[in-house]
Amino acid sequence: MAKIHVNTTINGAPTEFLCDANQTLLDVLRDTLGLTGSKEGCGSGDCGACSVMVNGRLVCSCLVLAPEAEGVKVETIEGMAHGDKLHPLQKKFVEMAALQCGICTPGFLIASKALLEKTPNPTETEVRYWLAGNLCRCTGYDKIVSAVLDVAAEMRESAR
Amino acid sequence: MSHAPNTEGKYKWIGTRPDRPDGADKVTGRARFGADFSLPGQLIGKVLRSPHAHAVIKSIDTSKAEALNGVKAVITVKDFPDQPNLIVPTGEMQVNMRDITRNIMAREKALYEGHPVAAVAAVSEAIAKQALALIKVEYKVLPHVIDVAEAMRPGAPVLHDHLLTEGANPPATKPSNIAKRIEFKKGDTKDGFKHAEVTIERDFTTQAVHQGYIEPHATLASAAEDGQVQVWSTTQGHFQVRGFCARLLGLDTSQIRVTPTEIGGGFGGKTVVYLEPLAIRLSQKSGKPVKMTMSREDVFRASGPAPGGNVKVKIGAKRDGRIVAAECIVEMQAGAFPGSPVGPACMCSFACYDIDNIYIEGFDVVSNRPKVAAYRAPGAPISAWAVESTLDILAQQLKMDPIDLRLKNAAKKDTKTAYGVTFNTIGFVETLKAVKESEHYKTPVKPGHGRGIACGFWFNIGADSSAASHVGEDGSVTVISGNPDIGGSRASLALMAAEELGVDYSRVRPVIADTASIGFNFVTGGSRVTFATGLAVVNSVRDMIRELKVRAAKIWKVDPDGVIWENGMAKPAGANVGTFEPLTLADLAAQAGRTGGPINGHAQLNVTGAGPGFGVHCVDLMVDNDTGCVTVDRYTAAQDVGTAIHPSYVEGQLQGGAVQGVGWALNEEYIYSAKGTLQNPGFLDYRMPVASDLPMIETILVEVPNPSHPYGVRGVGEVPIVPPTAAVGNAIARATGVRMVDLPMSPPRLSAALDAALPRMAAE
Repeated sequence: MAKIHVNTTINGAPTEFLCDANQTLLDVLRDTLGLTGSKEGCGSGDCGACSVMVNGRLVCSCLVLAPEAEGVKVETIEGMAHGDKLHPLQKKFVEMAALQCGICTPGFLIASKALLEKTPNPTETEVRYWLAGNLCRCTGYDKIVSAVLDVAAEMRESAR
Repeated sequence: MSHAPNTEGKYKWIGTRPDRPDGADKVTGRARFGADFSLPGQLIGKVLRSPHAHAVIKSIDTSKAEALNGVKAVITVKDFPDQPNLIVPTGEMQVNMRDITRNIMAREKALYEGHPVAAVAAVSEAIAKQALALIKVEYKVLPHVIDVAEAMRPGAPVLHDHLLTEGANPPATKPSNIAKRIEFKKGDTKDGFKHAEVTIERDFTTQAVHQGYIEPHATLASAAEDGQVQVWSTTQGHFQVRGFCARLLGLDTSQIRVTPTEIGGGFGGKTVVYLEPLAIRLSQKSGKPVKMTMSREDVFRASGPAPGGNVKVKIGAKRDGRIVAAECIVEMQAGAFPGSPVGPACMCSFACYDIDNIYIEGFDVVSNRPKVAAYRAPGAPISAWAVESTLDILAQQLKMDPIDLRLKNAAKKDTKTAYGVTFNTIGFVETLKAVKESEHYKTPVKPGHGRGIACGFWFNIGADSSAASHVGEDGSVTVISGNPDIGGSRASLALMAAEELGVDYSRVRPVIADTASIGFNFVTGGSRVTFATGLAVVNSVRDMIRELKVRAAKIWKVDPDGVIWENGMAKPAGANVGTFEPLTLADLAAQAGRTGGPINGHAQLNVTGAGPGFGVHCVDLMVDNDTGCVTVDRYTAAQDVGTAIHPSYVEGQLQGGAVQGVGWALNEEYIYSAKGTLQNPGFLDYRMPVASDLPMIETILVEVPNPSHPYGVRGVGEVPIVPPTAAVGNAIARATGVRMVDLPMSPPRLSAALDAALPRMAAE
């Protein structure tokens, strides 16, 4: 079967790729485009390790078909830092040891950034429910939730 | 809230919380995990797995698969030599080579659903999957057995005809599923129970649970025509991968070079091999690199879960709470091959307590389940669930505070355990007291809530480690070791090296080397890395400092004994040596060429003296009486951590272990169909805790230094998963009046127990 030609934007850069109709966006990101920062933990949308933004909406890229990327804007973990400057969430995750093995970290960062863009002043409960779609088996979530709350406070402070 | 450690002022770097060396890589997606490695021209390997729980493999026809365009190699058991009956260690568990070759590829029989029976390598995943569908396997389905108690019964389907119970009394004459019987004795329990004023006896069960690492197993192998093999693998022990693959494939270890990728969690489950030998064999046959990854379903069906087990506990005590006798019988799932962690389950059962009369018996039982693998303190949570629940019943009957009951019986320095070891300095009493004096414990329990206390023990291990330290030409330092960093160990190793050298942490770069680039290192497991590999790093730095002093002595033309190392500089030991300006690392590095060449240090050791760890957990929760749903609203984990090298990562171990234990307590279990197939091989139905299930996990780091380590390190990773199940069960009992004895205490199970108890309680 002929490949499908897709034009999309990834982390701000116009990007085109060829894919099969049944390939997922995650497969194309990882295997075709070399963007291996998004991880496959389950392939069923349960772990959130493959979280990306599609047109400003948080999705599991393992549940998006690659041809659906046509004409949309995709943001992945590879686009989160600017040059040599980490995003405040990235910086805080390292500072506060909000990761142990780090496999879930890209997904948590993408999801946390999406939360703070929508809800700059989240409660602990809001953070916990927003991040309930991301599994972490190492940290018990404590330091992740603390890091997100800390960044939210700092971002509000610097926005004043 | 976190309690600061008490190392402040004693050290410059130890006890501080700098950024981890691999931090930037791990928050940007740059870090490369198992599935992130690829090679030009690589093939994709896939495994055909048994759909049956127990079946004779009568024949395998791979001809159609081999003929499919794009298929480059097909392997079955014929591609692997049989192995001798030989036990080798892997992490805290042991495996038999005869069994491991049968586990990576079924030989005479398929012994569990998901058991590999063939594998293919093809130019794409789609073609590899098509090829699997073309392999024809003729099975003769046999009766299967899943449950431990059923597997032990006479007449149960027998998995292995050669299996005669080791340690049976009288000796076994007929094959059964009981691989082994073990016992530990101290004193005389028959006599002990005669002196008991209160005796509690209960039966408990637990179900198999999975380690649940978020990264599925993945490997990439490239075999060359001259027999040299390179492997990239997500593993807790690349030296073990090398060793196992060499044996399984008849290669020299020096022919296999294994590079550990970053590892996305393991918890013990990545101490064995599944895909690596298959990928190597497929690569050998095809002449191409072969990449293999497991799906999440594969991970659940065919990689080591932790066992479930049945535990019978009997504890007798005086009215004042002094325990006079204790017995425990553990029957444990091994999976399809012998080798459950029933030994450590037995040894840990009463290790927290100083009891004169103890009897412990354990049974290692095979059944048609995937072969179990280590999971954080393997075995210990299963016996602790039973023992710590029984102690809580005792505390309730005696109307004693549960911490006071434990303080009355706590193990201390010189306490002799049932398994024969006498403790050196330990911090159990201090940890109990820390919880008793905590703000959490002093806060009254909210109405309608329950508070549970439980304790846990783990030995921790040392074992083999190698390390090297190099001074760069500018005086910065590289520290090389061979244990995959699963939770921040690079930071701990760099902190110890910086402390030892007296240089800035940022000047020390820790590197994890492949199997060809550093001497042997045992697995990342057993809570050994910061302790044992940490000691190897410290010793390698000391070796380097010895050389630095020699170089300074050469420059000053004095005896090396006249040079001391202080604050990152060589200094004269005293005025009698002479007056010299101190020489920094950078000074000495700059002159290295003239004083004897590169300056390196090495160390290799078999480390003993691992300090055991003790944990005490306290949980407050409430139960929805209609649904049986439990809400944990406060949790404190306290532990004797020796010295917290990087306190944030020590806290992280306590928090993560506690939460895994909460999942084990409340939701996680392997559920089988009547056909012996796993019903919940995915994260939707195998429910691990998510952020919204939990409160913050408060930690109390009690620092009682391990006398066998220069910085007092004790392993910390495993103890935290031991107390939670009983802590949660004890809290549920106190919140509802209903004592749960079966795990998990999931909503269906708990609501049924509540429904059964409510009429009875109303009548009373």
